[in-house]
Formats: sequence, C-alpha cells, structure tokens
Amino acid sequence: MVTVDRLSEVFGALADPTRRAILARLAEGEATVNQIADPFPITLQAVSKHLKVLEKAGLITRGKEAQWRPCRLDAGPLREVSEWVAAYQRHWEQRYDHLGDYLRQLQTGDPK
Amino acid sequence: MSDNLTVTFPSELEVQMVRVFDAPRALVFEAHSKCEHLKHWWGRGNPLDCEIDFRTGGGYRFVEHAPDGAWAFRGEFREIREPELIVQTFEFEGMPGQVCVETLQLTEEDGKTTVTSVTRFDTLDDRNGMVDSGMSDGAAQSYDALAAYLTKIDG
Repeated sequence: MVTVDRLSEVFGALADPTRRAILARLAEGEATVNQIADPFPITLQAVSKHLKVLEKAGLITRGKEAQWRPCRLDAGPLREVSEWVAAYQRHWEQRYDHLGDYLRQLQTGDPK
Repeated sequence: MSDNLTVTFPSELEVQMVRVFDAPRALVFEAHSKCEHLKHWWGRGNPLDCEIDFRTGGGYRFVEHAPDGAWAFRGEFREIREPELIVQTFEFEGMPGQVCVETLQLTEEDGKTTVTSVTRFDTLDDRNGMVDSGMSDGAAQSYDALAAYLTKIDG
C-alpha cells in the first residue's frame, strides 16, 4: 500500500526538471555525484541538494563506498506512483463509460 | 466501450484525458453539477453518497460504496464557468493531503461534446517551489526518457 507521505514526497521530487533529468541519467546505470553533475549548468552543491531530495523520497540509494558514494535508481516508488496514476485513469474511464450510458438514457427518455 | 478515452501526458505530472459524448454540452455540464445526475455515473455503477455545492468556492464530497469498501473523495471548486469549464480539486480521504487539481473543459461540435480533463498531481511543496534550479533546457527530453523508463518498469 502506498503511503501518503511516500506519494507526496515522490510527486514533490518528480516535480523538478533537474531531478527528473538526474533520474533519467540513473536509469542508464549508477553514477557518482560528479558524473551526474557533469551535463548540468549548476553547481555540485545544487546537485547534492537534489540528490538529498531524491534519496529522501526513496527514489535513489547511495553506496557507502568512501567518498564516491555512487547513486542508484530505486524503481519501487516510481512504480507505486505510476500504479496510482493508472488506477486514477482507470476509475475515470469507468466513470465516463457510465456517464456515456447515462447521457444516452437521458436523451432517449429511458427511465432507470 | 472505453476505447474512446484518450490519455496523454502533456507535461510533467499532468494527465490529460479526452472523451467524446454523444450529447449537447449543456447536458454534459449539468451531469457534472448535480447529485441527481452524479449518482448515476460517478460511482462507476456503485451506490454513491453525494454532497455538492456547485459554485466557485463551493465543494463536494462523494462516498462510493464499492464491493471492496466505501471510498470517500472530496474537493473544492476553484472556478466554474457554465457550460465550458470546471476547475476542481480532488482528494481521496484515504490519502489526505495528496491533492490533485482537475481542469475540465467542455466543447461542443455537431451536437457532440468533448470533455478534456487535465489532472495535475500537485503537492504543496511544488507550489511553494522547493528547489528552483532554473534549468529548463532539456527538461522535455529528460522527461521523455523518464516516461519511457516508467513504461518499461510498468510492463
């Protein structure tokens, strides 16, 4: 079961384009902070800040190996979020199916 | 039946759903605005408790009695423009604080009404602008990459 805090944190983490770019980079494989920071026109410090947010949301894990601490993507929370969004869509799909039927009944005067 | 719902992701954290109904716009709009109508469709075939104060600044609370339990939803109407626009928040009471903003636009052509809804999965933190990196170049591409990744892990 998805918890509220988890979902809010993940959505919050995903709301930032830099953090999404970092996740996209990590989807290709683990990387050190320096490797992650390389393509971005922002400071290492700023990247570290983003990594902290991602780590708190459970989206990445960081290795313990000395100062390198390679970052890895953790797909679990992303999967939870995409499942939650999928359920939301599915519910609307079902609602709209019923609305379509209901509108038809209203217009043909079919009592129900 | 449900194959005429089109789902796309117009931007980060937004889901767009488009559905065409064979009914005039005024009727489709009304079906969104009153309990006597909402009870027939919002619960997806399940009984629905409905409270609604349909005006800008008003709100709603729906309890859907599904076979697996009663699910309560609530929200506020941020903007209503009859018969073309409804902006409302959506919150599942089982997950308080996780608030989406739904924007529904209704257009009519040849007696058919298209409902375009865009849901933004906002959080309070987003609106307060947690960390502003000022980076926008390449954001679209990176999001595509992430979306592709999500599809992969989803499958």
